[in-house]
Amino acid sequence: MLELRVRKRFAGRPDSAPFSLELEFRAGAGVTVLFGPSGAGKTLTLDSIAGFTAPEEGRILLDDEILFDAASGVNLPARARHCGYVFQNYALFPHMTLRQNLAFAAERRPRLERHRKVNEMLERFHLTDAAGRRPHELSGGQKQRCSIARALIGAPRLLLLDEPARGLDAPLRAEFYGLLRQVRTEFQIPTVLVTHDLEECFELGDEMLILREGRLVQSGAPRAIAERPANVEVARLLGIFNLLPADIVELNPQLNVSRLRMGGFDLAGPYFPGRFRGDHVWLCVRPDQLAATVRNGAPGANQVPAQLLRVVEMPQSARLEFAGEMRVEMPRAEYERQKQNKEWLVGFPQGALRVL
Amino acid sequence: MAVDWFPLWLSLKVALIATALSLVIGLWLAYLLAHRRFRGMEVLDAATALPLVLPPTVLGYYLLVLFGRQAALGRLYEWLTGSPLVFTWQAAVLAAMFHAVPLLVIFARAAFESVDRNYERAARNLGASNWRVFWRVTLPLTRRSILAAAILAFARSLGDFGITIMIAGNIPGRTQTMAVAIYDAVESGNGALARTLVVIISVLAVVILSVANRLVARQAT
Repeated sequence: MLELRVRKRFAGRPDSAPFSLELEFRAGAGVTVLFGPSGAGKTLTLDSIAGFTAPEEGRILLDDEILFDAASGVNLPARARHCGYVFQNYALFPHMTLRQNLAFAAERRPRLERHRKVNEMLERFHLTDAAGRRPHELSGGQKQRCSIARALIGAPRLLLLDEPARGLDAPLRAEFYGLLRQVRTEFQIPTVLVTHDLEECFELGDEMLILREGRLVQSGAPRAIAERPANVEVARLLGIFNLLPADIVELNPQLNVSRLRMGGFDLAGPYFPGRFRGDHVWLCVRPDQLAATVRNGAPGANQVPAQLLRVVEMPQSARLEFAGEMRVEMPRAEYERQKQNKEWLVGFPQGALRVL
Repeated sequence: MAVDWFPLWLSLKVALIATALSLVIGLWLAYLLAHRRFRGMEVLDAATALPLVLPPTVLGYYLLVLFGRQAALGRLYEWLTGSPLVFTWQAAVLAAMFHAVPLLVIFARAAFESVDRNYERAARNLGASNWRVFWRVTLPLTRRSILAAAILAFARSLGDFGITIMIAGNIPGRTQTMAVAIYDAVESGNGALARTLVVIISVLAVVILSVANRLVARQAT
């Protein structure tokens, strides 16, 4: 279990704004993903855990051992922290063979055990055939496996990954996700992974921490966050929602119903607690939750006429972009059926509407 | 015409010892400047580059003041080793180091700074002490650049004149290095000897430089 509370400030400079990281969280078993845009402080946090950089204030505990404590002046050097770190671009030592790279990590052990451990890792990660090669002679997948094997060979208590799938093509990316899942099952080590790729959060994350400008804006399971983003900021960061300006016209707690006015049309939704009539809000709803159908006559309940601007056809779905920044996503098959529509209606399911 | 080979032999000996000592000091300083941030770093940086900029006779003068027979350091050296530092071949080594160390620091520092920081971080993360990180990762990755820098430092040590003649003097058979011998031959009107010595050292310099160039080129691939 990792417990972290850190604060670090970078003063402004002629060509960069001041930055301040202020973060507190716990990471238990499973994969915790630090998600956020570039510059949010994710890698800085990872480096603080690994001991590559020291925060100004705070405390970092790993399994109740103090790695860093500003108050008492404890700052364990990186080599004493027992955290496996997988770097972007792997950082495999280019002047050593694969075997030597692994042996380097096991150097604190007696020779016989080291030999055995290295061979065990080579087998486990299917690298035995490539053991005598140098990193530049390895395939992408082999380099991936080697970097993870090297991080794990010292039996770390925590595994840290810095945007490991960045810049990888689709097959390598998929291979990597599979590899990490396997590692999670076999090694059962708490893992902290930094990424700005939302798909990675959903593929790998058990717990997700959203960072922005050095602050935590929401945490929880990826799915839960996708259902209920805490605020507009998070919704924008995730990029998977429609955010439509609307006003609250009516609130009825007894009947669990509300009414919104959006773009001149009335929509019914569930009761929104903590809101007042007249509030100006953002209606938050996912493209896959909206329905787009042909318009024959007047719009029905919770239906809004819309002008289709553009369609993006993707392998398994189609994204319809309407005027007013409404996006609807539907399966390809359904789109094929509706393709010929001249006029459209966008349907808002009453129960799925959220306001931020 | 008989050529006295002593100056060549002395120059080679002086250059070899000076380069070896300069490597130890220079790599240590380069490591400090490349890896640590500390107060007075700019002063150290400037101080290591200074000998390359000051006129050799100025440096020679300072060294005479510091290590002369009357000076504290000079007397300490004499007490430790039984002979004065000035006007011995050891002084020629010291003189050569005053250019070899700055050269090595400049090149070695650039080489160390060019190593991807993540390699060193990975090594530390995997449990290596700073010493092991240096020996097993940083140095192997910069091996050829350091070697090329050492060869250049050797070449420079081979040809030092200004400082050498000021603190080691021009004692034939004792402290007369190649460069000094050439000067002496020219001054005494011995043109044939001067020409011979010049050719020998020129050929040596060209060979050394081409070896250094090839090593640097291989590192770059």
